[in-house]
Amino acid sequence: MEMTRTIKYEADRVKGFGEEVMSVPGCEELKDCIQCGTCSGVCPLSIYMDFTPRQVMEMTRFDFKNEVLGSKTIWLCASCYACTVECPRQIKITDIMYELKQRAIKEKVYPRGLPTPVLAQEFTKMVHDYGRVNEILLATKMYMKTNPFAAMGMAPLGLGMIKTGRFSMIQEKIRGRADLARMLETVDEGK
Amino acid sequence: MKYSYYPGCSLKGQGRAYEESLLPVMRHLGIELEELPDWNCCGATAYMAVDEGKACVAASRNLAIAEKAGLQQVLAPCSACYLVLNKTQHLIHDYPHIKSTVDRAMASVNLKYSTDIPVRHPLDVLISDVGMDAIKQKVTHPLKGLKVAPYYGCQIVRPYATFDDQFNPTSMDRILEALGATVVQFPLKTKCCGGSLTGTLPEAGLRLSYIILKEAIKRGADVIATVCPLCLFNLDSFHGKIAAKWESTRIPTVYFSQLMGLAFGMTAKQMGLQRGLVPMKPLASAPACCAARTAAAAS
Ligand code: SF4
Ligand code: SF4
Ligand code: SF4
Ligand code: SF4
Repeated sequence: MEMTRTIKYEADRVKGFGEEVMSVPGCEELKDCIQCGTCSGVCPLSIYMDFTPRQVMEMTRFDFKNEVLGSKTIWLCASCYACTVECPRQIKITDIMYELKQRAIKEKVYPRGLPTPVLAQEFTKMVHDYGRVNEILLATKMYMKTNPFAAMGMAPLGLGMIKTGRFSMIQEKIRGRADLARMLETVDEGK
Repeated sequence: MKYSYYPGCSLKGQGRAYEESLLPVMRHLGIELEELPDWNCCGATAYMAVDEGKACVAASRNLAIAEKAGLQQVLAPCSACYLVLNKTQHLIHDYPHIKSTVDRAMASVNLKYSTDIPVRHPLDVLISDVGMDAIKQKVTHPLKGLKVAPYYGCQIVRPYATFDDQFNPTSMDRILEALGATVVQFPLKTKCCGGSLTGTLPEAGLRLSYIILKEAIKRGADVIATVCPLCLFNLDSFHGKIAAKWESTRIPTVYFSQLMGLAFGMTAKQMGLQRGLVPMKPLASAPACCAARTAAAAS
């Protein structure tokens, strides 16, 4: 019978990760967390998370990099800011979640099969290439990449959108596409 | 004053009934709106999750265009656009590294970002600039007997409460009352509807929409009023799935601007009410032709 250890050892940590996150402007207050759990209490999605927001805060601060960057939690965060406005230590929890999402994408360590990070990346491509987003085309792309079966379940909704005149497959484009793409590229050049 | 109108992708797509109702209503109240030339998508929550610097660059291009055109105010009706544009200004303001990232991007295409142009939500403009008296004066078909649950969603008051209370906003309540409607007590007014999780992780996302729908019914509402195209989409689109999973919660959801138009004597068709998946019942106070049309749209 295989036994797995459920408690983390110090040796499992990635030293310096917490310091690194807390040095990002906007994430500094994380050091003040008192682990009160208010964020987890008000978070409408914490019941679905693998680690609650309070746990993610503590694990980030104490270097459990692989666990937080590989967690589902950060992709369940809907950016509703309920935690941020309630935190007694003024920690910008939503923004820390954003910081962790960016790192998970950069290091490609987000959980496979989770549609949220796929959607986010397809979204940025559409903005870069056309300047505008077509919600229907975007949803189609996401389903094709993650779960084509789910796309079929969406067919009745698609019909409803057609009936009510809200369905369009036309990709709108801005005139300043080249400018926008140029602007976005300067960000990579500056890194 | 002239406002620069930033529609965002949604109001040109599945959320077009918001635009169809908001523009005539604002015009009726004497507010001049001019669509921001060649605006681009604000990036929403998705871009911030991938690259904060690029997200700020994409969003700020719109603000720079408004600045170049000499416009003093930007009107952003979609909650996510409203938040992203405001947040971008905060980030540019507070963090030098974001400011220099944005400046570098602007310089590459001869644009400039130098002022923080106020980015405002229609509710803010209505209560602060137009005023309740001016709204009341335009009401010709009061929404007598219509019980409305006011649903604000998360992102117009959180995290930056500028024009309304963060925990118990009342701007829409006051407008709906001025229209003659009955506003029901709705403690979930700022609870999250699930955002894009209804599509990406429906197991979790749909439940949040279900909770809001269920509460509105429990409170005796005839209809839910929203201020955001994604909130409306979530509350209006998944009744079948929600009924299959939990119970039927078929209550119509509309934009607050659609209700304003009806109270001002505009027709259901003009207000795009036929675009909802769960139709709103015709109002007793509506002009006869309009009631017939609403009924036709509903069938
Ligand atoms: S609410 Fe703030 S202080 Fe309390 S656990 Fe969450 S982050 Fe820490
Ligand atoms: S912002 Fe994210 S973590 Fe915070 S309460 Fe909302 S969903 Fe939960
Ligand atoms: S919030 Fe959504 S719809 Fe609105 S502009 Fe931004 S991305 Fe496009
Ligand atoms: S209420 Fe829903 S759509 Fe509106 S901002 Fe919150 S999650 Fe987004």
